[in-house]
Amino acid sequence: MSASVSPKEEQSSNFAFRVQTILPIVGVLIALIAEVLLPNHPNLKYADLPHYRYFLYISLAVVAVLALLSLFWESLRRKYSYRGAFVGGVYIFLTLLDLVTAKWLLLPQLYFPSIARIFHVFFEDSALILTCIKSSFLLLVKGILIGFIAGMVCGIAVGWSRGANYWIYPLIRILGPIPSSTWTPLALVVFPSAQGAAVFLIAFGVWFQITILTASGIQSVKKAYFEVSSTLGASNLQNLFKIAVPAASPSIFLGFFNATCSSFVALMAAEMIGCKSGLGWYVNWQKTMLSYPNVYAGLIVVAVFCYILVTLQFKVRDRLLSWQEGVVKW
Amino acid sequence: MVEQVTRNLEKVTERAAEHREVGAESTGAIRARNVRKEFIDPNGEPVIALERVDVDIQPGEFICLIGPSGCGKSTFLRLVAGLIEPTEGTLYLDGEEIKKPGYERGLVFQDPTLFPWLNIYENVAFGLKMRHIFKEKKDEVEEFIKLVKLEGFEKSLPHHLSGGMAQRAGLARALVNHPKVLLLDEPFGALDAFTRMNMQDELLRIWKERGTTMIMVTHDVDEAVYLSDRIFVMTPRPAKIESIVNVEIGRNETYGRKRDSVDFLHLRSKILQILDYTGKAAEIEYNI
Ligand SMILES: Nc1ncnc2c1ncn2[C@@H]1O[C@H](COP(=O)(O)OP(=O)(O)O)[C@@H](O)[C@H]1O
Ligand SMILES: [Mg+2]
Repeated sequence: MSASVSPKEEQSSNFAFRVQTILPIVGVLIALIAEVLLPNHPNLKYADLPHYRYFLYISLAVVAVLALLSLFWESLRRKYSYRGAFVGGVYIFLTLLDLVTAKWLLLPQLYFPSIARIFHVFFEDSALILTCIKSSFLLLVKGILIGFIAGMVCGIAVGWSRGANYWIYPLIRILGPIPSSTWTPLALVVFPSAQGAAVFLIAFGVWFQITILTASGIQSVKKAYFEVSSTLGASNLQNLFKIAVPAASPSIFLGFFNATCSSFVALMAAEMIGCKSGLGWYVNWQKTMLSYPNVYAGLIVVAVFCYILVTLQFKVRDRLLSWQEGVVKW
Repeated sequence: MVEQVTRNLEKVTERAAEHREVGAESTGAIRARNVRKEFIDPNGEPVIALERVDVDIQPGEFICLIGPSGCGKSTFLRLVAGLIEPTEGTLYLDGEEIKKPGYERGLVFQDPTLFPWLNIYENVAFGLKMRHIFKEKKDEVEEFIKLVKLEGFEKSLPHHLSGGMAQRAGLARALVNHPKVLLLDEPFGALDAFTRMNMQDELLRIWKERGTTMIMVTHDVDEAVYLSDRIFVMTPRPAKIESIVNVEIGRNETYGRKRDSVDFLHLRSKILQILDYTGKAAEIEYNI
């Protein structure tokens, strides 16, 4: 009897309303009302740029659709209602920005342009921004790849071999903690191009992090794993690659995570010293041109760029390290 | 000399016939000659972990090592496994000197030490993969997973298994290599009493089926009497094999022994006596 009832119950519980899913709509509406009903300050330049308004219309459509979908779709409802207050809050913040900059002009507009003016840059300067993204991405990938490979090799050697530990470890201890930007003068002399120097600076930081955490990860692998695997017929080399490296992989990944985060810093620093493209260069160049809307637009792109890379890493980590008991969630 | 060898061989065949039903090969004999092991402790002082061991273990025999902590039980297993080298003396497997670890001497610890990044199937298949014979022997992985009754858990990760299941997986992982000798270091020490008794019977079943020589360390006198053909009773300071007790109690249909028989209890107190652990309680028991 209960079996015949339960499917019905499930169906009815599938359709549900959560107040929190309305909060984003409220936020967007407040932003829209402020933007549409209040007049811009008479002294505002570029007052007729419609980008922010369009952005709000699109936002309204999106949050409305999400609220509707989450009436029926349970997993979305759970996530969306949890995030609802936050999304609403973001639009309230945008409203405040809009009021302070465009509507009341409380801040000097050279340094604090209106939101519409910043959004306008994405259209006006899209070609350049795209090449900058591409160039930054290439630098980063090259630097991380080289640093990662070098770091793994050094880390495995230092963690596994006594001889390598004796000779290389002190070197790592001395060279590693030096902030990579300190190497800039040398890198610019040694490498023929600023691009090469930038790759070196990124690779250097990554190399250090990966080396340290790979080595310590390998050294702290439980001895019993090696004993068991040896009695299962594993050779020394197999012990290294089938036991030590996978057992140390959480530590290696932590090193990789630290490394990519610091590589963003190295990337921006490196691009500001001599490159003629890249996101760091873009922001820096626009600043010297006193073109602050472009600076903010550049910063937004940098933020999104880093966010995507870090999210990608989490996805990779969740796949590779799902075996871990009680994984630390970042 | 030749006579002795022949006699040994006869004994070996006898044992093999007694214990094995399938795939009987009379290998898995361990011989220890004058074995001594000394460690250097962190203060630089030498620690004698094992003193003058001279034993012969027959193929297919079930041996238990029993004794208080620090009497060198694990050290003996490690020596047989080839994980450490004796300070003096030599160990042999089927007449060949033991110099390094090998798959013919499997090892199971109290902590199952399954590789947490591999699932149960991959853990069991590990030995075959290391030996590059996984392709030919694929079927055996399933076979041994069945033998330890873990069908359906192939894809599970080690930390999702209960203690008993993890220990069985560890057993399967060692057995898939067809070791001649299985070294067990307090394998059931962390399990509850009931799981432990079940595991003892399963181990006996596997022993019967495979004919593997078993050398098992235990703290539990009952376990030793229940399982083994011979018990090596060890004492600390000096860490050595104090005496070897033959267990001449008949085995029942699960190859174990009736735990409440007079013989069982008698042998139990005898071992406790050797270990000098007979308290008042044991004396009272004895008088009944
Ligand atoms: N690697 C080692 N280094 C130093 N001393 C050790 C080492 N392994 C064991 N010992 C010492 O040897 C003695 C016997 O140890 P062990 O064989 O582990 O005893 P049991 O397994 O019987 O408890 C102990 O006193 C222990 O402290
Ligand atoms: Mg021990």
